Amino acid sequence: MSILIKNGRLIDPANKIDALLDILVEDNKISQVAKDIKARADNIIDATNKIIAPGVVDMHVHLRQPGREDKETVATATAAAARGGVTTVLAMPNTNPAIDCTESIELLKGIINKSAKVNVLVCGTITKARLGKELSEIAALKKNGARALSDDGCSVDNDDLMLEAFQKAKQSGILTICHCEDKKLSGKGVINLGFNSTRLGLRGILNESEYKRVARDIELAEKAGAAIHIAHVSCRESVEIIAKAKKKGIKVTCETAPHYFALTEDALLGYDTNMKMNPPLRSQEDLTVIKQGLKDGTIDAIASDHAPHTENEKDIEFERAEFGVVGLETELAVSITELIDSELLDWTKLFEKLAFNPSTILGIDRGSLSVGGVADIVIISGEKEWLVKKNELVSKSKNSAFLGRTLKGVVDYTICNGKLVYKK
Amino acid sequence: MLWTKKDLLGLEYLTSEEIGLILETAESFKEVSTREIKKVPALRGKTAVNLFYEPSTRTRVSFEVAAKRLSADVINIATETSSVRKGETLIDTGKNIQALKADIIIMRHNCSGAANMLARALDISVINAGDGWHEHPTQALLDIFTLKEKLGKIRDLNVAIVGDIAHSRVARSNIWGLVKLGANVTVCAPEMLLPVEIEKTGVKTSSNIDEVLKNSDAVNVLRMQFERDEDAAFPEQLDYYKRFGITEERLAKAKKDIVVMHPGPINRGIEMSSEVADGKNSVILEQVTNGIAVRMAVLFLVSQARESRE
Repeated sequence: MSILIKNGRLIDPANKIDALLDILVEDNKISQVAKDIKARADNIIDATNKIIAPGVVDMHVHLRQPGREDKETVATATAAAARGGVTTVLAMPNTNPAIDCTESIELLKGIINKSAKVNVLVCGTITKARLGKELSEIAALKKNGARALSDDGCSVDNDDLMLEAFQKAKQSGILTICHCEDKKLSGKGVINLGFNSTRLGLRGILNESEYKRVARDIELAEKAGAAIHIAHVSCRESVEIIAKAKKKGIKVTCETAPHYFALTEDALLGYDTNMKMNPPLRSQEDLTVIKQGLKDGTIDAIASDHAPHTENEKDIEFERAEFGVVGLETELAVSITELIDSELLDWTKLFEKLAFNPSTILGIDRGSLSVGGVADIVIISGEKEWLVKKNELVSKSKNSAFLGRTLKGVVDYTICNGKLVYKK
Repeated sequence: MLWTKKDLLGLEYLTSEEIGLILETAESFKEVSTREIKKVPALRGKTAVNLFYEPSTRTRVSFEVAAKRLSADVINIATETSSVRKGETLIDTGKNIQALKADIIIMRHNCSGAANMLARALDISVINAGDGWHEHPTQALLDIFTLKEKLGKIRDLNVAIVGDIAHSRVARSNIWGLVKLGANVTVCAPEMLLPVEIEKTGVKTSSNIDEVLKNSDAVNVLRMQFERDEDAAFPEQLDYYKRFGITEERLAKAKKDIVVMHPGPINRGIEMSSEVADGKNSVILEQVTNGIAVRMAVLFLVSQARESRE
């Protein structure tokens, strides 16, 4: 099986390439990147006026399987990923059972082998059942293929236990991803604290509940000498704390999600539960700092925090609705719309955030278009617009914050492991 | 001006002209309640459904009386005994009521935004009879109506709202309505009961009731609901009464004709003394009477809007 992609604009941050180049895929590898390749191929794609880039590596995805197959499955999520130009996802471990031991990781790997359409990496929990009481089998998780550890959805409140987790993670050579939230501070809050929470009569969530935990987790990671990655950064103070830590030379990386640079708390004024996520949409001021952090490199990666929920869980009273939005199918287009159009990032920088950096953070050999590397490629009409329609979403759940929005950037083809997994 | 909205969800969403229209319409309906036969045929053949997810007697009864004086049929759904108990969602309940060909749902709900959500999902009218901490528009409208009746105007009046502003839908609706109509509003509460950035609505804040009363033409005293938010810090009841309770001693230092309002039910001896509640400045029972006229106006206007649309 070979694919020749011709006449496109090739973006490859790993090799600092932004040029009109052809690319040849043979078996599952990239075999040639050059001008005007004249090879025979089973499949020739004309990419005139299109962008050719490494497939998106999304390091924050909730597949919901095993346990909540009514929300999403590995099959539906990875189909959504392919449609969104995403070729690798890191599966968050807050499933039922949680991915906290050899048995559950084996169970998940079995499902992935049977039904995944793109690469799925597994994340194990930090603590058993994510209860923050007792550490998971960290060494065993690592041995069985876990790429990272996270109690996503929860933060480990106990300082000593979290320190021990970082130490064990370091011994095993595995990355720890922190969901930073002090639930004593966020309490029963459902949206950002401010004028909007006051006018809507909803309980607010302080920035403090996030950034204080960011500061603590970085401090503990530093003490342990372990690598730390901060998930879904949403507020300005977190960006500032991370920037300082990086300057100090601490091994910290972080991600934000498209909704934090595309939307503010004003999206909540109609009580739309598709705008309800955790951390919450913040103020315009926070959004500006998030964008600045993407530009100056404080924020390393963009990840969707794809969090599918059924209509029964979303189409109800605001404070009772679940937190979270789907994002696999829109993250690339939202990023293009918000970051390329405004010239905040160029294409190379964008794919650094979407593919190259997350690959580096996770220590995988993806996210580039290097000759000899695995062929994970997305081909995009960068200028073409599309309307996000509920009934066109491939994800099993439709709780997108971007329904009804016109976005720029249409994924025409997604190639994963050298195979065409999506074609518009 | 013509009323075009099928729903009444809150005063934040209305213009000063729309609020004015409701008040004018209420004025003309007030007379109906003084007739020997207290009924007009304005809503004959229409069905209004009281859907109350929170216990309420006065608002529910007030709406029922208002609808009946307009000749509408009224159905009361007590959520404790309905299929809501069996886990039916709010939108399903609403769609079932719509399928019964009811015309108006009057809803009280403990979740902020519940009325907004229901109104979006249905074609029939939704009147918000109080949602969480968000809005209670007809209460504010009847407060404003009473105030205007007493003092002849709203513009430039100094109005104080005293009590648990943070958790009060009555406060929010009053703030939006009064500010839109040009009143100078001061909200007065212990620091912990003032919601963040409330000044952005255009009100002043204070924690000194005596200072505030000195300049006020009217004071709206909120019911203290010590039971409502189990997480929030609340002052001690006695301490609250000492610092914020409206007593005769306090009123003696206020403007002589200050209008004292309360949405009821009153906690005598907690937010105001019995003497004040029953005293010459109190308009509390007139508020109840005016509530009928205001709710008749709202029921009438939303029905008209829907008819002219169809």
